[in-house]
Amino acid sequence: MVRLDKPAEESAQSEAPALPVPGFRIDKRAADAIVWLLLLTMPFWLNWIGGYTQLGTRVVILALAAMSLNFLLGYTGVLSFGHAAYFGLGGYGVGLTLKYLVPNTLVGMGVGIVAAIVAAAIIGALIVRLRGIYFAMVTIAFGQVFYFIAYRWNNVTGGDDGLSGWHRLPINLGFTQIDILHNKLAFYYVVLFCFAVSVGIMALLLRSPFGRTLLAIRENERRARFLGIPVDRHIWLSWLISCTFCSLAGTLYALLNNFSDPHDLHWEQSGNFVIMAVLGGMRSFWGPLIGAGIFIVLEDYISSRTENWESFIGLFFVLVVLFFPRGVLGVIRRRTTQ
Amino acid sequence: MSLLQVENVSKRFGDLVAVDGVSMTVETGELRAVIGPNGAGKTTFFNLISGFLTPSSGRIIFDGEDVTKLLPAWRVWRGIARTFQITEVFPELTTRENLRIAVEVASGYRLKTWLSRDADGEVRARVTDLLDMGGLADKADRLVGEMSHGDQRATEIMMALALKPRLLLLDEPTAGMGDQETYDITQLIRKLHRDQNQTIVLIEHDMRVVFHLADRIMVLAEGAMLAEGTPNEIAKDDAVQAAYLGKAA
Repeated sequence: MVRLDKPAEESAQSEAPALPVPGFRIDKRAADAIVWLLLLTMPFWLNWIGGYTQLGTRVVILALAAMSLNFLLGYTGVLSFGHAAYFGLGGYGVGLTLKYLVPNTLVGMGVGIVAAIVAAAIIGALIVRLRGIYFAMVTIAFGQVFYFIAYRWNNVTGGDDGLSGWHRLPINLGFTQIDILHNKLAFYYVVLFCFAVSVGIMALLLRSPFGRTLLAIRENERRARFLGIPVDRHIWLSWLISCTFCSLAGTLYALLNNFSDPHDLHWEQSGNFVIMAVLGGMRSFWGPLIGAGIFIVLEDYISSRTENWESFIGLFFVLVVLFFPRGVLGVIRRRTTQ
Repeated sequence: MSLLQVENVSKRFGDLVAVDGVSMTVETGELRAVIGPNGAGKTTFFNLISGFLTPSSGRIIFDGEDVTKLLPAWRVWRGIARTFQITEVFPELTTRENLRIAVEVASGYRLKTWLSRDADGEVRARVTDLLDMGGLADKADRLVGEMSHGDQRATEIMMALALKPRLLLLDEPTAGMGDQETYDITQLIRKLHRDQNQTIVLIEHDMRVVFHLADRIMVLAEGAMLAEGTPNEIAKDDAVQAAYLGKAA
């Protein structure tokens, strides 16, 4: 099992009461309230500090992908370097459906997610016995298979140029229509709704007996096994849940860009999700959200000044990992408890 | 019918024969100690019973059922629980959380995404009982990884007990402990055995503990069974004296 963060210094703070999801020291409800308040009002203050609505939408979407990855990484202790495959499958699923099959955004999203679930279920069953670096390598390999399919299958997927020539369509709810195509604000709140539902489900799962078996596997696989937890099956379930929400993020990302990008299937994208999770703090529930925010804002800001923006993000990442192995939220949390 | 019948099991790692045709029968309610010099194959023998390893040959019958090929989790479901020579706990969770996971899994809730208030109350009550029994009540909310070795070991034993095992396997429960901790753990095991009729097989190096606790003792040397009998018989056995106890005296 992969154990990336076990810094000894963490031992200092132990007197906190038992919590379903270990980690939070500051009043958890207050932290949650602040996060939701900031997310709900983001389109309004983001412009004010120099951002724009689509940037906020991107943050929320990629945060969902990073938090999905972290369900597996931070709470099950399994490192995947192939989540872009399911992110991208979602994206191509919605793109291909809207372009060739049905002019309906929700149906497209459904197709993308189901395609990703089927792929994740099969691939997961094949690789779930592997651990640590072997698991990570095989997830990359399977991810690259999808990348090359999208890259080579020119006349269907658009190959290297990506799948364009389609755009998101207003969502028809019967009694009303949400114009997510022209109204950026409406699209942001649709995305935020998907984010809230997904994150809410993941949070509930982590507080449940099933979620605690995942923590058990992360903490000590041998003990988990000898408590009678069929570890491989539980890792498979965690993987499937993680990939499902990651694919939802992928469909939203393609809808945001009106474009399915082969790069979204590439392992570099998987690496970015891992960076976001570790940057923000993978032992904290909201960590990947913070990580995604930092990553995307840095990317947006630096890439407008230099083409080498990735080296700056890399440098920042190295500094965080070296000096704050628990991520940005880990640092904040320590400050507030002292 | 005996609870556990180990029939002529062997385990080979390449040319090395770690366990060589060992048989053992354990009755319900018995406390059996397995002793032997270092490298005698005691832990390997344990690993075969608990399913950590599969025997190269021989059979393991638990409560009339052949479990020789079953994976660990499936043996746990049938009632075999174990602790390890090097304590295996969930270090970054609290004692209470450690026990809670064990209780929930034992209650068949491992796939539940939600617990009713009643079920949750029962789980909590059971966790509290286990904390009390293990003398861990005042350490319930501490991270297990930060506790003393003795408390970690007690937590591990209580996690195994949370499974309500019909057979409890303890691999050197007092290894690396001071006198007081050894005494506490010994009292705990004794209490389990006497008061709850818990069937226990344990590996132990500390002869005071073994002769104090065990109903019967099995001696392993170089992978094979050297002797088997009551503590008195073992203490008098010449072969055992020569191979093992003689060195200590």
